[in-house]
Amino acid sequence: MSNGSLTKTENFRSWFMNKLLMGMSWSEYSRRLITPFNIVAAIILSIGIPVIAIRFMNGLASVTHASNEYPWGILLGWGLFGGVPLSATGFVMGTAYYIFGFKGYKPLVRLGILTGFMGYLFAVIYLMTDLGRPWRIYYPMIIGFGTASVLFLVAWHVATYLTVQFIEFSEAILEWLKSRRVYKWATMVIIGMTIAGIILSTLHQSALGALFLLAPGKMHPLWYSSYLPHLFLSSSIYAALAMVIVVSTLIAKFMRSAADNNFLGNIDRLTIGLGKGACIGMFVYFVLKLVGIAHDNNWHLLATPYGKWFTVEILGFVLMPAMILTYGVKKSSAGIVRFGAFYAVSGVILNRINVSIIAFNWNLPDHLHHIIPPWQEVAIVAAIATIHILIFRWIVNRMPVVREHPEYREFH
Amino acid sequence: MDKLKDNKKDSPTISRRNFLIGSAAAIGGTALLGSYKDASASKEFSGWPDRFGCLTDLTACVGCRSCEKACNEANNLPKPAVPFDEGSVFKEKRRPTAQAYTVVNQYKNPKDMSKPIYRKIQCNHCNEPACASACPIHAYTKTPEGAVLYDPEKCFGCRYCMIACPFYVPAYDYESAFEPKIVKCVMCHDRIKTGGIPACAEACPVSAVTFGKRNDLIKVARKKIMENPDRYIDHIYGEHEAGGTSWMYISGVPFEQLDFPVNLPKNPLIEETKGFLSAVPVVFTVWPAMFGMVYAALRHREEIEKNSRHKKEEDRHE
Repeated sequence: MSNGSLTKTENFRSWFMNKLLMGMSWSEYSRRLITPFNIVAAIILSIGIPVIAIRFMNGLASVTHASNEYPWGILLGWGLFGGVPLSATGFVMGTAYYIFGFKGYKPLVRLGILTGFMGYLFAVIYLMTDLGRPWRIYYPMIIGFGTASVLFLVAWHVATYLTVQFIEFSEAILEWLKSRRVYKWATMVIIGMTIAGIILSTLHQSALGALFLLAPGKMHPLWYSSYLPHLFLSSSIYAALAMVIVVSTLIAKFMRSAADNNFLGNIDRLTIGLGKGACIGMFVYFVLKLVGIAHDNNWHLLATPYGKWFTVEILGFVLMPAMILTYGVKKSSAGIVRFGAFYAVSGVILNRINVSIIAFNWNLPDHLHHIIPPWQEVAIVAAIATIHILIFRWIVNRMPVVREHPEYREFH
Repeated sequence: MDKLKDNKKDSPTISRRNFLIGSAAAIGGTALLGSYKDASASKEFSGWPDRFGCLTDLTACVGCRSCEKACNEANNLPKPAVPFDEGSVFKEKRRPTAQAYTVVNQYKNPKDMSKPIYRKIQCNHCNEPACASACPIHAYTKTPEGAVLYDPEKCFGCRYCMIACPFYVPAYDYESAFEPKIVKCVMCHDRIKTGGIPACAEACPVSAVTFGKRNDLIKVARKKIMENPDRYIDHIYGEHEAGGTSWMYISGVPFEQLDFPVNLPKNPLIEETKGFLSAVPVVFTVWPAMFGMVYAALRHREEIEKNSRHKKEEDRHE
């Protein structure tokens, strides 16, 4: 009897060490944790987490601008509007691989899905930090249906899509846990889930842009365009391709041991392929932006101060990275493509900040002064972003994301 | 011959799979959007016929702030730090807050510098309110009596209504950690329902705020403008702005000089998002068919290639 429980404890111990400590002992594992990156992360968290606690104990007014003119700040501008387009990775890579049959991109598919899933999960976390009563987050599903609201659509779609992406990624979790029975089921539904992902992504990526259509009087006319939904969707597609390049670059540089040769050996070639897709997407987006100005005949506004900033955005942060990507693809240089991808990603974030923060309420007096966030809001954003990275790293280290599980190779 | 048989065997599998994908998506689609038809059903709605409203005559207001005081008392709002008879509040431009449904601001009068213009701000109670269109939980209701009411029991605090409101009216109670809510004018809905009139209109010593049926108020305003063309500009603010509002204004100077938003469309703001929302069902139905077809077609081609490879290998063996 005691022998049996001893084996059980021993089994758990080895499971724990294998799965959670990556085959190391406690002391070895905790020694390995002391790295410069982790120290910086710990400092950020030690400032940010108390601020988050204050926000929940004393209310939004204690840590945010809490302004009646500016109901949304960087928590949503960065976390939701900036984060969601960069999380289109799951839908873009899933569609390319499972539906269109780009089989060569296999080493990056799970990475794309994980990046997408984590991105959405954290978009929801940013949102819940910002909501007045986050414990009511399920209300649009049960309590009241604001069916004419674009945000109602966003709420439903993000919730559904989060589930879809979890099912898509569950393949990797199940391989990690070595559960064969459920695994078979998970691989069966993946095509259906991918198509559901395309529908949901198309709609809520564009819906995030459509949210601002309701405020024509408050948005700067250069950013307010009836094309906002199309612009948001179109930019999310190239953002996803660029983001896969960014994340895979970081993994190949800082997490080599988590990746297998199939990943590391193909990454340069695949980066160039993704870069090609991204630069085509960017030119499409750039033209759409110009069509948007032409449609509302807003050319004369380009000479105003906001117009100059708009020009910086579309020339400096769309056309310029698109040209760098094109050059990198032409020269077959993964390095240049990577640079272009980082640049393109920053351009998408800039666009979302411009739409949700800079162009919104532009005609109020002292506008640019009002949008500077207090340090507490920055600390919250930094803390959530750090937790995002830490959990992402935790998963990539343990689960078969950028490497194949030897026992499951035959299934793929 | 063999190949032909293979193909035959395969094609039903593909179409069955396609069918399954299609029907699953269709079910999900209905569940997710069955109700978006509401968005376009309101096209025919031109507002409750007998709704009430108010007409503020900005040329009459003397800035005594009696309305602010009456509102504060009628709605049991917290007492302000600065008393209501204090004129120094006019030094800055104020707006409705979590503690005040209505505020009065002072503006220079270009016609007569000695007589400043006062502008009372409160919820305009739109005919088709943008706040209500924005709310994902349906916490806002446009009542048949005219008031736009908000239910804090439904609200989760996204504050999209504040983004959407073209008049910068809803305020949020950011100070509260556990029960924050939107605060805005309710047009004294309870008083109206029992035959009363809004507290601010009742308190006004110079009758700058007239309460009545919206249709009648428009006639009153037209008459005033017609009879005193020197006193008023020819514009009833709120008759058409953002689809029209229950609370309307007449003024002696152009409204933009008094910080009224004048860049609003004539249609209700929900019109701006209808185009997008009406595309939703299209995506739900066309996308699965299209992408399912692409998937099936590519698998089909793979199958053919595999078969022809087999055949070649068999030929070689022979």
